[in-house]
Amino acid sequence: MGRSGSNFPVHLKWESVKKEKAEKKYVVCNAAEGELGAFKDLFILKNHSRYVIEGIRVAIDYLSAEKGYIYLKKEYFEEVHDLLKEEIGNDEIEIVKKKGGYIGGEETALIKVIEGGVPEPQKKPPFPTQKGLWGYPTLVNNVESFYCVGKIKREEYEKERFYSIFGDAPNKGVHKLQGGITIREILESTGNVPDFEYFLKIGGGACGIIMLPEELDVPLRRLGVIMIYKKEGLDCYALMKKWVDFLLEGNCDKCTPCREGLYRIMEMIEKRDMEGVEDMLFAMEKTSFCPLGTSAATSLRSFLEKVLKNDHENKN
Amino acid sequence: MAKEGETILDVSKRNGIHIPTLCYHSDVTIKASCRVCVVEVNREELLPSCSTKVQNGMVVETDTSSVRRARKINLELLFSQHQEECHDCIWNLNCKMLDFAKEYKVKINKFKDRKDHYPAYRFGCSLEFDSSKCIDCRNCIEICKEQGVGFLEMRGKSHLREVFPSERKDKDCVHCGQCINHCPAGAFEAVGEFERTEKPLKKEEITLIFQIAPAVRAAIGEEFGLPAGFNLMGELVSSLRQLGGDNIFDVPVGADITTMEESKEFLKRTEEGGLPLLTSCCPSWVRFVEFYYPEFIPHLTTVRSPHIILGKLIKEYFSTKKGVDPQELFLISIMPCVAKKHEIEREELAENGVRPVDYVMTTRETGRLLKKNNIKLKGMEKGRTDDPFGEASFSGVSYGASGGVMQSAIFNIIGERVQFKKVSSGLAEASISYKGRNLRLAVVHGLKNARNALEGLKKDPKRYDYVEVMACPGGCIGGGGQPVPTSESMTKERRAGLRKASEDKEVLKAKDNPVVKKVYEEILTTEKEISRICHTRYHEASKTPLYKNKRNNK
Repeated sequence: MGRSGSNFPVHLKWESVKKEKAEKKYVVCNAAEGELGAFKDLFILKNHSRYVIEGIRVAIDYLSAEKGYIYLKKEYFEEVHDLLKEEIGNDEIEIVKKKGGYIGGEETALIKVIEGGVPEPQKKPPFPTQKGLWGYPTLVNNVESFYCVGKIKREEYEKERFYSIFGDAPNKGVHKLQGGITIREILESTGNVPDFEYFLKIGGGACGIIMLPEELDVPLRRLGVIMIYKKEGLDCYALMKKWVDFLLEGNCDKCTPCREGLYRIMEMIEKRDMEGVEDMLFAMEKTSFCPLGTSAATSLRSFLEKVLKNDHENKN
Repeated sequence: MAKEGETILDVSKRNGIHIPTLCYHSDVTIKASCRVCVVEVNREELLPSCSTKVQNGMVVETDTSSVRRARKINLELLFSQHQEECHDCIWNLNCKMLDFAKEYKVKINKFKDRKDHYPAYRFGCSLEFDSSKCIDCRNCIEICKEQGVGFLEMRGKSHLREVFPSERKDKDCVHCGQCINHCPAGAFEAVGEFERTEKPLKKEEITLIFQIAPAVRAAIGEEFGLPAGFNLMGELVSSLRQLGGDNIFDVPVGADITTMEESKEFLKRTEEGGLPLLTSCCPSWVRFVEFYYPEFIPHLTTVRSPHIILGKLIKEYFSTKKGVDPQELFLISIMPCVAKKHEIEREELAENGVRPVDYVMTTRETGRLLKKNNIKLKGMEKGRTDDPFGEASFSGVSYGASGGVMQSAIFNIIGERVQFKKVSSGLAEASISYKGRNLRLAVVHGLKNARNALEGLKKDPKRYDYVEVMACPGGCIGGGGQPVPTSESMTKERRAGLRKASEDKEVLKAKDNPVVKKVYEEILTTEKEISRICHTRYHEASKTPLYKNKRNNK
């Protein structure tokens, strides 16, 4: 499974690039890490870059690719650039600085940036595996996915996974654990079971979904991000404002539901009255151009239903 | 049956199934951004029909409750960023947004307009962009780039970036008006549309004269719900008389004189040097050269454009005959163009304070004006233009479409029509042999193609001897002043209408036109007079200051 949060099987992606007949092929390591509260890719790059680079090399060899790229978040550039350079040595792997906000990490948008354009998602199909960089088949995988490949290559893979645990977590940080364990097990084994009333946001600080304490006996099937929120004294609107601010900031402004829908949702948040939000969520979930709009809506909906509604009921 | 590679929208259109579209325009790449054309696919997903390709066994429903709901919400969101100004909009009476609003029971004022404080910009004296109406489809940016200009850009770094006229010193608008034809929301319009349209008509004491450009006759019918491609010149003449026009003239007569002078100039340059010769009757192209390629200014023909020459003749010769002071004569050119609004303001055209033309009215403005005055073009008796500039030649009328100017000049010189070979969508080439010389000709339309042609001439100045350039795709029939919608396919149909109009003419060549002969016998008798009436000069252009009209937050 890929480690970007979309759970697309890595081997299928590799095979689809492999089977494309083309003059050139490219490999991209997506280190855009745009989600709120996600730091696991940074952690991996800082502590385990050799596996990541190894993984990229394996991909380049397997696909007989022309070149590899590491698409790196601006804020990480200074911190890990030299380190990565050292690891890359003379190999054909170039580090490219990310452009734009959250949307700049979407795979078709990042292809546009590497090509020298603006970060805007493109229509799929064609998928990057068919027509990616400069129209050639391109493999785009997350940092952690390449890390796993590198580990497998060196026969050191232990089915590990990385989790960023932040928010009101008692023991904040990036933790390396066994993959496949339940969310409750993750909290327990990292000393993060809160002793206060809480809820979680799983899979990303902005686009993740809300999970309540009684729902945690399932594995984490999204991006390895867990935000813990303390219920006491929580200002639901301030929290939503923070998320929507982030989503607006990272927006590409391309499609109507995401551009205008989020704008109107922000208006509702500021008025502290969510009447009419259902229409916005419907349009975003069903008709957004790219997954950002869809997941933003799913995320907000889960918060409205699981937290805000109860919050209102308690207050009334 | 659907074909491989077709989109759901393609198939629906072919089968007469209605799907509302806004950002879709057949001339530009599919943006799939407005999300109004969504349909339900395989009973589970909503997908945009403009960009989703059909697949074997795919179940598509175009009118389910989710489809209707999604369209309604997205339309409400589009209206929330679109400040309505319907009475003054070029889409008034055929506005798709309003039609869909009705169809989907959209509350157009559900939200406060997000852009109500956004400014309107004026580019020179031809074009206006009201950013408070923009629905962010970005078709204008693409078409401006496609025109080789790139004056319209996106501004802003993060959320709510907006279309913005470039502030760069090396970018300026050349007034082709293609943004108008490709904007679904009426955010672009010609200066004067429509608040100034009636002004000139209200002056009682003046003699009101109209002259009609060739491309208008093949498109004005669209303003009255007729399909593209009818020649409605006769009906238009009668309508304008009903509107209060004292005299009506035909710009193709001016075109015949342009042809006479331009063929002379071409032959002169062939003998004396100065080739390649570039045509100059398209003011947008002239401005393009003056701003982006001033080194080519000496190659532009000095011959004035047809309506300017005819304008001079009307103001000087006709007024004397009629016994009217030129100051009391108001001449309106009806043009398929917005750049002509800029052209008539050029300083070098005025003489003793009298301009050859007083106002340029687009095809759209004309349609609006007639409708407003309850003048029905359809079924109107066919009228004729007035003497002494009665009838044009076949050549003169053919000026309205790409290739017409060049064909007319060459026809006038060698007496036969040249077969051009299409090289690409905006370029055709031919070569002729004249007095032992091989002369290479090119016909270009669309400014990106013009840019390519000029770059080619920079590398190899002998590549062409004579180049016709029209800024708009297809020439004037696809002009920025034509009815909306305008698209490549409609331009083709208009072309057929124009052909019919030219085939009506008895005289083929400009020099055989008795009107032209008479003008040379009676007016253009000396080189000095010819030069004063028919020729002009050009100068390097600098960036036009951007005029911004700030709006108060209502």
